[in-house]
Amino acid sequence: MWQIFHKLGSPKWFFGIASKLMPWLLWVGLSLLAAGIVWGLGFAPKDYLQGNSYRIIFIHVPAALLAQSVYMMMAVAGLVTLVWRMKLADVFVRAVAPVGAILTFLALFTGAVWGKPTWGTWWIWDARLTSMLILLFLYFGVMALGAAISDEKSSARAVAVLVLVGVVNIPIIKYSVEWWNTLHQPATFKLTEKPSMPAEMWVPLLLSVLGLYLIFGWLACLRMQTEILVREGRTRWVKELVQARGN
Amino acid sequence: MTTEFTVGLRAPEASVGTATAMKAVFVRDLKTAFRQPQDLLNPLLFFVMVVTLFPLGVSPEVSFLQQAGSGILWVAALLSVLLSLDHLYRHDFDDGTLEQLVLQPQPLFLLVLAKSLAHWVLTGLPLVLLAPVLGVMVHLEGNSVAVLCLTLLIGTPVLSLIGSIGAALTLGLRSAGVLLSLLIIPLYIPVLIFGTGTVMAASEGASVEGQLALMGAFLVLALTLAPFASAAALRISLSNS
Amino acid sequence: MSEPLLQAVNLECERDDRVLFRDLSFSILPGTLIRVEGPNGSGKTTLLRILAGLNDSYSGDLLWRGKNRHGYREEFLRNMLYLGHRPGIKPLLTPMENLRALMDGRRSLPDRILWQALEGTGLGGFQTVPCRNLSAGQQRRVALARLLIADEPLWILDEVFTAIDIQGVGALERLLVERVENGGAIVVTTHHDLQLPSMQRLTLGGGDGYDY
Repeated sequence: MWQIFHKLGSPKWFFGIASKLMPWLLWVGLSLLAAGIVWGLGFAPKDYLQGNSYRIIFIHVPAALLAQSVYMMMAVAGLVTLVWRMKLADVFVRAVAPVGAILTFLALFTGAVWGKPTWGTWWIWDARLTSMLILLFLYFGVMALGAAISDEKSSARAVAVLVLVGVVNIPIIKYSVEWWNTLHQPATFKLTEKPSMPAEMWVPLLLSVLGLYLIFGWLACLRMQTEILVREGRTRWVKELVQARGN
Repeated sequence: MTTEFTVGLRAPEASVGTATAMKAVFVRDLKTAFRQPQDLLNPLLFFVMVVTLFPLGVSPEVSFLQQAGSGILWVAALLSVLLSLDHLYRHDFDDGTLEQLVLQPQPLFLLVLAKSLAHWVLTGLPLVLLAPVLGVMVHLEGNSVAVLCLTLLIGTPVLSLIGSIGAALTLGLRSAGVLLSLLIIPLYIPVLIFGTGTVMAASEGASVEGQLALMGAFLVLALTLAPFASAAALRISLSNS
Repeated sequence: MSEPLLQAVNLECERDDRVLFRDLSFSILPGTLIRVEGPNGSGKTTLLRILAGLNDSYSGDLLWRGKNRHGYREEFLRNMLYLGHRPGIKPLLTPMENLRALMDGRRSLPDRILWQALEGTGLGGFQTVPCRNLSAGQQRRVALARLLIADEPLWILDEVFTAIDIQGVGALERLLVERVENGGAIVVTTHHDLQLPSMQRLTLGGGDGYDY
């Protein structure tokens, strides 16, 4: 057991596995996403209330879902960093934090674009949008702390503590923002919770969600590989690898 | 230098208990703070000045202040606590007492808890005591002032406890102050929401026991979890220095 | 009493992509004084902080009385005294209050003993003057007063002679010798030319350590 774990934590081993996985993740992910978006934008039926503007959910929902899962994944990796001191877990956190922030921003942006035809304004202090905004703040905090500490090991552990503190707070933040929302504007209709969404709508949605997750997997592998090359630049296997590729 | 007092080489069996050690940490922080009274006064002055900005910057109308008053006071209190956090470990770090604290045999999270409580007594509690005066100045009505003070009384210890994590994480870093705010403000949002929301509900005549109980739950959660995170963060920061 | 107090096994420490030491193994026995030597930046302070348990970015093992130290944190800390570059003295408090605060977490001693310990380090008459009004050397002497009343068998002292005048240095050397003769174990770093009987040297630098 310990051996396997140790092997899993080895950057060299990961580098090899990632290289094999990445083309699959990229191409399957792209096809799923393309299928989902083309179907969703071109062929899914109009919404009876919002017309065509609802179609932005085929981007908004996958981005928002993934943005939240990325933080959860970072928390798991943070726990691994603190308990087992596995370098690779920290590499993961560093590699995906900016991706998570960009996805959160994308979710906010598409939410705002959606808000214009729906509410007649770019920004509404809606519970979901506000929660996403706070999630963006949490991502910024993680990135800022990571950049501020120069020592690699201390930086890894400090970031892990912060991510874990953040993940304990996320449900509390969500709950309080929802409560705050009902306090200030009772009974606005919720956008993403349709009582029953026809299959022609949710199947393409599911496809684009899956596709985006796979593309995220590809991007995470790519960014982790880069981070590993930077960190392990002095080791022999990296030097050999660079030479082999250079020729 | 003589050595006549050197007590043998046995391991100390008459060791000090955790409660005694916590009390010692608490007392030392209070003593140090009272030797420098200006430092105690500054967050309070800041609190008053920030509150003053709102009537001047937005509107002195009674109707506006009545509606926004609880929010203004809560935001000002939050910022005031945030500003004072940088001092929580900084001086101890600079003069080496923090190293000695970490090397005490008692569980570190309990010593950290004692420090957080001292921080609250020195910053949060004075804010709570000052709040009624400012509450009157923003025209909050009788019952609202009482509820506001109650929410501050429950909420400000949470601010100290969570803030301690940020202070420990940013210890010894350049521009730690701004970074600390970036890390901590998102975590303060639930306390702010419930703090102001409770006062608002009270001013509309609703019952607020549920909200107060929930804030109490936040406090219990912060009391049980935050010291562990702070202790871990302190070890990491010291390990790096 | 020949069982080692603290044992380092294959310690390795890397800082900012530079190996400070590697495969460093040694034992700290009761009744020995080990002086850690090496040029600036060779990791003397880092090693002392690792031994004291302040720095845990190392690989290798540290055994406290033969057992892995991780499981015996409280026992280890009760038996170890560390004095670092920064003396742990609050400028706003008096020497008495400072010493009281430092001892409160460890042993309860009557005021009389603390008072005498401060006298013993040459601070007689200064016991109730705020430390910020004292000189750097006097502030360090407040921290040194702990050594007079300490009963921890292992002392880890980083740059302990800094800012101490000649008489003070002599007295401190005598204290260390006497301590070692009584069975205490001491690890020190110093730029002062320390020549004590039976002093062992541990030299850092060049990336490899020496075995004991």
